[in-house]
Amino acid sequence: MAFATELLVSALILIGAFFLVVGSFGLAKLPDLMRRLHGPTKATTLGIGALLLASMLYFLLVRGAPSLHEILISVFLFLTAPVTAHMIAKAHILRDGALQNTLPEAPDGAGWATLKPAREDAPAA
Amino acid sequence: MARFLPHPVLTVVIALVWLALVNTVSAGHLLLGLALGVGIPWFTQDYWPGHPRLKRPLKIVEYGLVVAWDILVSNVQVAYLVLFRRGESLRSRFVSVPLDLRTPEAVTVLAGTITLTPGTVSADLAADGGAILVHCLEADDPDAVVAGIKQRYERRLKEIFE
Repeated sequence: MAFATELLVSALILIGAFFLVVGSFGLAKLPDLMRRLHGPTKATTLGIGALLLASMLYFLLVRGAPSLHEILISVFLFLTAPVTAHMIAKAHILRDGALQNTLPEAPDGAGWATLKPAREDAPAA
Repeated sequence: MARFLPHPVLTVVIALVWLALVNTVSAGHLLLGLALGVGIPWFTQDYWPGHPRLKRPLKIVEYGLVVAWDILVSNVQVAYLVLFRRGESLRSRFVSVPLDLRTPEAVTVLAGTITLTPGTVSADLAADGGAILVHCLEADDPDAVVAGIKQRYERRLKEIFE
């Protein structure tokens, strides 16, 4: 039992570490900002997720003291990671004029929010 | 009731977060968590004017499982692309995904889901909220990406929120 537990926890730590390394590698290797965003936003969710799962299993099965902090960490991570990526992408779109010309059209000619400042008379959302 | 508990779901969430923060489940901390859960929404209700309604809350479980599975698959796919493909050879592109969802909370969840799942990052929202600008790491067929997002996530979110 103890061996199986240790094996499982070790496997999860290795999986997590692998995806974290791949995510960081993608951040360094991919050629432009939008592609680079894919590395950290995704590879880290599973990487961190596996590490947190390993931590929970360790405290539950080896130490006999269930730990709830990991759930909170993953919830906060899943809430903040997409927002960060979204804001970085918006800043990038705003600053890169050449990129703006290559964007697909929004339906009904509404335009993308980043490039279209809110009108004074627009109804409050 | 609505005056003292302006956001009942938030009350429960705050109580659960408190229990997770102190890392123990005991009557005293449950009481303290509930006190915070009642006090904080009441104190901050001026900042939360909207009252989003969940039509079918149980569907959230199904949605969570679908997204968790997709995160797993997408990680393997993205890891493969990062490790075995030259960055310049990836056919990355922006795709405009028209939305049927109108609830701001639902659109927020959809944008977050898109960023967490298969090779896609949500980059911007249309000025009228009618579409999401999505960046795909590797996509031959933009229509397939749009159809996948609408079928897999938007349809379920529409059931939950609208």
